Amino acid sequence: MTAQVESELETETEELTVREAIRQAMREELERDEDVFLIGEDIGVFGGVLEVTGDLYDDFGPERIKDTPISEAGFMGAATGAAATGTRPVVELMFSDFAGVAMEQIMNQMAKMRYMFGGKAEMPVTVRTTEGGGMGAASQHSGTVHSWIAHFPGLKAVAPGTAASAKGLTKAAIRSNDPVFVFENKMIYEQKGAVPTDEDFTVPIGEAAIEREGEDVTVVATQRLVGESLQTAENMADDTSVEVIDPRSLYPLDIDTIVESVKKTGRLIVADESPLSYGTHAEIVARVQEEAFFSLDAPIQRVGTPDTHIPFSPPLEQEVLPSGDDVRDAIRRVT
Amino acid sequence: MKVTTELYHCMVAASTYIEDCCISVWIMADFDLQSTEGRLEALRRMVTIRAFDEEAGDRFADGEIPGFVHLYIGEEAVGVGACAALDPDDYIASTHRGHGHCIAKGLDPQYMMAELYGKAEGYCNGKGGSMHIADVDAGMLGANGIVGAGPPMATGAALSIDYQDRDQIAVGFLGDGAVAQGQVHEAINIAATWDLPAVFVIENNHYGEGTAVEDQHNLDNLSDTAQAYDIPGLTVDGMDITAVAEAVSEARDRARAGDGPTIVEAETYRYRGHYEGDEEPYRDDAEIERWQERDPIESFKERLIDRGELTQEEFDELQADIEAEIDAAIEFAQDAPAPEPHEAYEDMFAEMPPEIERFASAARTDGGRPGGDR
Ligand SMILES: Cc1ncc(C[n+]2csc(CCOP(=O)(O)OP(=O)(O)O)c2C)c(N)n1
Ligand SMILES: [Mg+2]
Repeated sequence: MTAQVESELETETEELTVREAIRQAMREELERDEDVFLIGEDIGVFGGVLEVTGDLYDDFGPERIKDTPISEAGFMGAATGAAATGTRPVVELMFSDFAGVAMEQIMNQMAKMRYMFGGKAEMPVTVRTTEGGGMGAASQHSGTVHSWIAHFPGLKAVAPGTAASAKGLTKAAIRSNDPVFVFENKMIYEQKGAVPTDEDFTVPIGEAAIEREGEDVTVVATQRLVGESLQTAENMADDTSVEVIDPRSLYPLDIDTIVESVKKTGRLIVADESPLSYGTHAEIVARVQEEAFFSLDAPIQRVGTPDTHIPFSPPLEQEVLPSGDDVRDAIRRVT
Repeated sequence: MKVTTELYHCMVAASTYIEDCCISVWIMADFDLQSTEGRLEALRRMVTIRAFDEEAGDRFADGEIPGFVHLYIGEEAVGVGACAALDPDDYIASTHRGHGHCIAKGLDPQYMMAELYGKAEGYCNGKGGSMHIADVDAGMLGANGIVGAGPPMATGAALSIDYQDRDQIAVGFLGDGAVAQGQVHEAINIAATWDLPAVFVIENNHYGEGTAVEDQHNLDNLSDTAQAYDIPGLTVDGMDITAVAEAVSEARDRARAGDGPTIVEAETYRYRGHYEGDEEPYRDDAEIERWQERDPIESFKERLIDRGELTQEEFDELQADIEAEIDAAIEFAQDAPAPEPHEAYEDMFAEMPPEIERFASAARTDGGRPGGDR
């Protein structure tokens, strides 16, 4: 993995925001393959509510940047049907909370067709959606639901924490012949980072990245918490050496990289914005104890949302949302 | 700590009590387009909506109000006309553009504004914000962040009414965009099949976010969808409060008589962007101005003046009073206390499971209780 980080560093890069990186990924894939098209609500002239598709409409027009009626079940299903019949739709589900409206097509059709049909259906569909609290958008526009999708057999789920992985994962998702959900976090669209310029740069689905090497404790962090954990690691550098890993892909999960790290540090913090019960944290914790139980020197700590919805009022919202400070506190508890 | 929490709950209880009193005062006012008093009340509510939303837009721009706000300016005749046809104990289920429905239903602007500010004294104790203002006791089943989620809620309220043989109805508001949602179809079909006392009011403001209605539907009149359920459907001028009130009033009679739901489509227009901050690349000023020429407040006011029920001076006075009321609401919201951090963990369930408490306190280095200082 270290080798991979190095090889990424050697390639030519440019500074992009996460938003620009995702848009660039879509632009390149639209140019590369004419079977690729985008479909979703207000992604055309409007440019997407969080401005991710932006000006793609100007360059690709209404045939390839398709504005839909407000019908998540309908267009999620249409994307599924289209993927099974020779095209490569990239769906924008405006907020991940709206997965509720589209869930039937996701769980009973998209996820199951290949298997139920004995392998006789391709499912090259990508679903981009935005998660997370922090902008006062209240409970129906702030959820983190990636654990549902990662849990459900037949779906792949990725969740970038940096601009480079945002671009690389989006491109890998579009090129994949499996249904891949790309869980963007709405609070990091403006976060900048070095992004490889090579048009064939992708981040393979199922590969974690060690974003910072350390000796004392491993922090596995996702999405917004990658950047915040890196900052925390920096702040604590005087007395604690923190390794920060972004799994990038939730399913499949690169458990080997995480286990390798825990064998070195003996301590693990899992930081993810999803609710704590029955989710992403639990999966990582379970797999680590299966493979590295005897390397652990302290109880594994979880940092997440304490099983509440995300409230509107900013002081309440900040209260429940996990942050870099919570990661610091968790590290302090075990080091 | 414990004492403070208890004290706090007493305060909340007290403020809720005060709130209840205020609401009942609001509901007492005669509000029915059949009488002069009722018409003046309707005008007052329309002007209140506009003043509230203009102020909310400004305060959002100033950064005082977080999140998203969707303003109702231009559409006042629809919410107020529909609610004027209702009894105070009828239900409404609203949309993301809900401020107008709240005021039309008689909610108090100061607690609404406190909610927009995320304050403890807001209708939802700051947990909901603009998109989720609700007052179930007042028959307001919530603004809604999910497009198309209101109609099933109205069907559900109509189901309770029918089940318990109560003399009420439920109105589900929805936008033109929401008509494309599957759950809207399912909800209307259930209500129609079971003859439930519901009315579905489509607010056709000609756009769903930045997409024009003709790019979302293959029908000219969205009320034509009623044919699929074999229920009455009609399209009325949503800039004319009387037209809306009459249509909803007839629909209400039908619902109460056990004849099932009606779809009323009101043609209207939103003057502001989809949400505040919308750059509106999808329309031009000329289009907005064309609709403003038929402004629902202006035209209703003129009609009342023509009938001799109002003078321009009285209207100016009314407007000044309302502006003062909204200013007071802003001040109230600004000065109101923020919710206490521990409230973030409350209201998830009727019976709090131990997980929430445990996760919340485990997250503190001091092992402190939820909401303790970070
Ligand atoms: C299920 C769902 N899909 C999409 C959205 C995003 N969204 C919020 S308002 C809106 C447009 C709604 O249009 P319409 O129903 O016509 O109501 P209007 O805003 O015009 O009042 C959209 C797409 C949402 N909130 N919920
Ligand atoms: Mg509309």
